[in-house]
Amino acid sequence: MDPSPRAFKANAREAVLDPQLKRALAHVKVGFIGKRAKAVARLPEFDALRDAARDIKIHTLDHLDLYLERYEARVTAQGGQVHWCPTAEDARAAVLSICQRVGAKTVTKGKSMISEEIDLNQHLEANGITPVETDLGEYIIQLRGERPSHIIAPAVHLTKDLIEADFRAHHRHLPPERSLEEPRELVEEARGILRERFIAADVGITGANFLVAETGSSIIVTNEGNGDLTQALPKVHIVIASLEKVVPTLEDAATILRVLARSATGQEFSTYTTLSTGPKRPGDIDGPEEYHVILLDNGRSEMLAGPFRDALRCIRCGACMNHCPVYHAIGGHAYGWVYPGPIGAVLTPGLIGIEEAGDLPNASTFCGRCEAVCPVRIPLPKMMRHWREREFERHLTPRAMRAGLGVWAFFASRPELYHRVTGWAMRLLAMLAGRKGRLRSLPLAGGWTQVRDLPAPQGRTFHALWAARNKRTGT
Amino acid sequence: MSAGRDAIMGGLRRALKRGAEESDAAARQAVDRRLDAATRGPVPARAQVPPAAQVDLFEAMAVEQAATVTRIPSLEAVPAALADYLKAANLAPKVRLAPSPDLENMPWDSQPLIEVEAGRAQGSDQVSLTGAVAGIAETGTLMLASGPEAPITLNFLPDNHVVVLKASQVVGAYEDGWDRLREIYGRNALPRAINLITGPSRTADIEQTIQLGAHGPRRLHVLLIEDTEPGPRDDDDGP
Repeated sequence: MDPSPRAFKANAREAVLDPQLKRALAHVKVGFIGKRAKAVARLPEFDALRDAARDIKIHTLDHLDLYLERYEARVTAQGGQVHWCPTAEDARAAVLSICQRVGAKTVTKGKSMISEEIDLNQHLEANGITPVETDLGEYIIQLRGERPSHIIAPAVHLTKDLIEADFRAHHRHLPPERSLEEPRELVEEARGILRERFIAADVGITGANFLVAETGSSIIVTNEGNGDLTQALPKVHIVIASLEKVVPTLEDAATILRVLARSATGQEFSTYTTLSTGPKRPGDIDGPEEYHVILLDNGRSEMLAGPFRDALRCIRCGACMNHCPVYHAIGGHAYGWVYPGPIGAVLTPGLIGIEEAGDLPNASTFCGRCEAVCPVRIPLPKMMRHWREREFERHLTPRAMRAGLGVWAFFASRPELYHRVTGWAMRLLAMLAGRKGRLRSLPLAGGWTQVRDLPAPQGRTFHALWAARNKRTGT
Repeated sequence: MSAGRDAIMGGLRRALKRGAEESDAAARQAVDRRLDAATRGPVPARAQVPPAAQVDLFEAMAVEQAATVTRIPSLEAVPAALADYLKAANLAPKVRLAPSPDLENMPWDSQPLIEVEAGRAQGSDQVSLTGAVAGIAETGTLMLASGPEAPITLNFLPDNHVVVLKASQVVGAYEDGWDRLREIYGRNALPRAINLITGPSRTADIEQTIQLGAHGPRRLHVLLIEDTEPGPRDDDDGP
């Protein structure tokens, strides 16, 4: 698959025909949706918490400059350092310069989507530093040289047998006859291998789910404990986070934490929620000696100015993709960039341009499930519609579609004509379809009929039915 | 200030249409007020119950997340309870202790078979014993804070993490936990690490099936000291 949103259509076509991917993605539908629903049902305050979480994010984004100022002041007061990075390149350079200054050879990493966004691993490798992903899913895809296909379950596109094959290919020092059939055995093997890496690492890099302005803390939420070993053992802890991760107070973090795990994995709470504030203190006998925060903009301040500000509320729970019929069918890689699913369809054009990612906001059925489950109530379908409008305004929409829209607009703005023509068209289609009521091919609709029949319209038009109904009820 | 900071701040100020002094001052005030007030959002009703019910809820939620809990009468009972736990789990009687007077001054002599050493965790340690700052009833979550007497490697490196928690340390909601931190450390002065821990380490990265013991402890055991008046309990069926 081509790792670019420009190749979306080809990628999606390839993905829907991949039987292994289909098997793996079945776990998304079964696992995430049911668990979330159960967790939500157990907490009567869930919807009130969603409203509160949305309001916290709106307030913070409206005052983002001021909260970041306060946040930085607190980090500095605790002995940490904030590195302001307008671009991905700036962020990569900042991380590398810290690693080089302390002579780092290996770097352990907790899961971070920002690290993917700035292509950090490639940059470290190119400069002779070995990055080791320690989240199990991230470790697996690092072995495979892939990108995550989901923002919280990076290896969700893989089945157990593929992971077994990867472990056998990469862990050659272990006896080849060992059993690796059970997920349990795979987890054990990774645990053993990564343990040594944790202890040997010179620098630990984690992401952040929140930055707290009140205390200058970064917060990570994990289940494995890898993020904690990553920051507790090496001499240096680097946090990479984007601007919009800041929240005002610990109370605000608590409110959002209550909706985060439930929306993501359906857990009441994740196993580990860790607040990190500065480097180790006098008297501490473990913990890092240096604490750095790489604060990344990479297009976000521009998004803040326009109609896509609401997308910056996202807390990266993954609920929108877990509930998306398009994601269920094609998985995350087809989207061609870091963030897949509905939030990816909105963020990607914002961060890398609608010219690059124009297909993504079109990859939606507008069923509205993403908005219905979003813990911070981002109006995702509305934003995808905005992107489609923008694409049209900039003449990026394909010619055939522009022509089609032009024809439709001609009729739609002449209601009398529209009603008459749709009535004729319906009768014509019904006639062509014959008794089966299905069309196997139709001029101009090859994209549809190539892979499935088109059901012919039946009965009368909506307008005719509506008029008849109103006549009957006398309204 | 760095060029990067100026560029980002400039972008944010443009995006937020800052500039007019009056509105800027109003925004600044709104931010100061919010940070000062630290107002709570909606707190689940389940967390707002009397202390004894909070302790029961803490236990039930922790057990649901695959932790184990034993109630004991006092700090003095910790060594014997730990010995029982090690025996039942078939673990070697060797424990790495957080170097806090509370834990070190327990009657370890009563359990001569247990080898106790205080300090940070070593890669080979199988069992650690630590204290906690609070237990949060809402989700059965332990709150631990780093410090000279509480090295955080003990919370993550050994296979078995045993935590001593007093019933009087159990609070209802996360926000009550934050208040505890502010009481102990003052405002704006958190220790380097606060660990909220709910059950043992786990992963679902392979086909969405949950496996315990991913990187952190495989087992989390809580020795819950009943130092408060026990309330009425439904399941009061003995030790």
